[in-house]
Amino acid sequence: MTVADIVRELGLKVFSGSEGLNQEITGGYTSDLLSDVMGNAEAGMVWITLQTHINVMAIASLKELSAIILVKGFEPEVNTLQQSNNERIPILGTNLQAFEVTGKLYQLLNR
Amino acid sequence: MNFEFKVLGGDFVRAGNASSQVKKILKQLNVDASIIKRIVVALYEGEVNIVAHAYSGVIKVNIDTERILLMLDDSGPGIPDIGLAMQPGFSTASPIVREMGFGAGMGLPNIKDNSDEFSISSEVGKGTHLEILVNLKVT
Repeated sequence: MTVADIVRELGLKVFSGSEGLNQEITGGYTSDLLSDVMGNAEAGMVWITLQTHINVMAIASLKELSAIILVKGFEPEVNTLQQSNNERIPILGTNLQAFEVTGKLYQLLNR
Repeated sequence: MNFEFKVLGGDFVRAGNASSQVKKILKQLNVDASIIKRIVVALYEGEVNIVAHAYSGVIKVNIDTERILLMLDDSGPGIPDIGLAMQPGFSTASPIVREMGFGAGMGLPNIKDNSDEFSISSEVGKGTHLEILVNLKVT
């Protein structure tokens, strides 16, 4: 399953990094603690969070994550968005809260 | 092979730049992916600690055929009780830094978990010195 597939299936908004939409997804990780993601997420995962600042991109890039989903209608800050385009790692958005979108993504990936 | 990077305290926008550059260098040197992953986690945490707690710092990277040694030196407030700082969950980060999702008290434990050898020393009012060693050859 690719990032584009989950965008379509979950009706996500694509804020930036659309060049990375063909990236394969290996799983997901839901957390708002950056060190938790740094220590425990794996390459290819989608990161579900409410953090919108540029440091999420540093982590996504260093960990080679496939995409970030911002929950509850949060939008990326301008420099976060620019970095997402540079790194070709999409930032996606949903109005759902983390519990709901995590559940939906989990179901989708384990279908 | 030696590399050196400067890190500025409080500069969260550029936090992770040194880690990113080291990652690129290690990839170019064809270092094993699992080793790069460990170094990236340890170095990023160390870099963020300098940004979040110190005034400035220098990251030195020394690479040879046997191992990679990271040395992080900062000028900053130092750590009064290293045993306490090493405990998972303990943090002195400011409320603003915590709101950003840092300061969960996982940084130093993450560094230790991803090192083959780790040492930390600190002088209150002067700064903190970390040494992170990762072996390139599986023993």
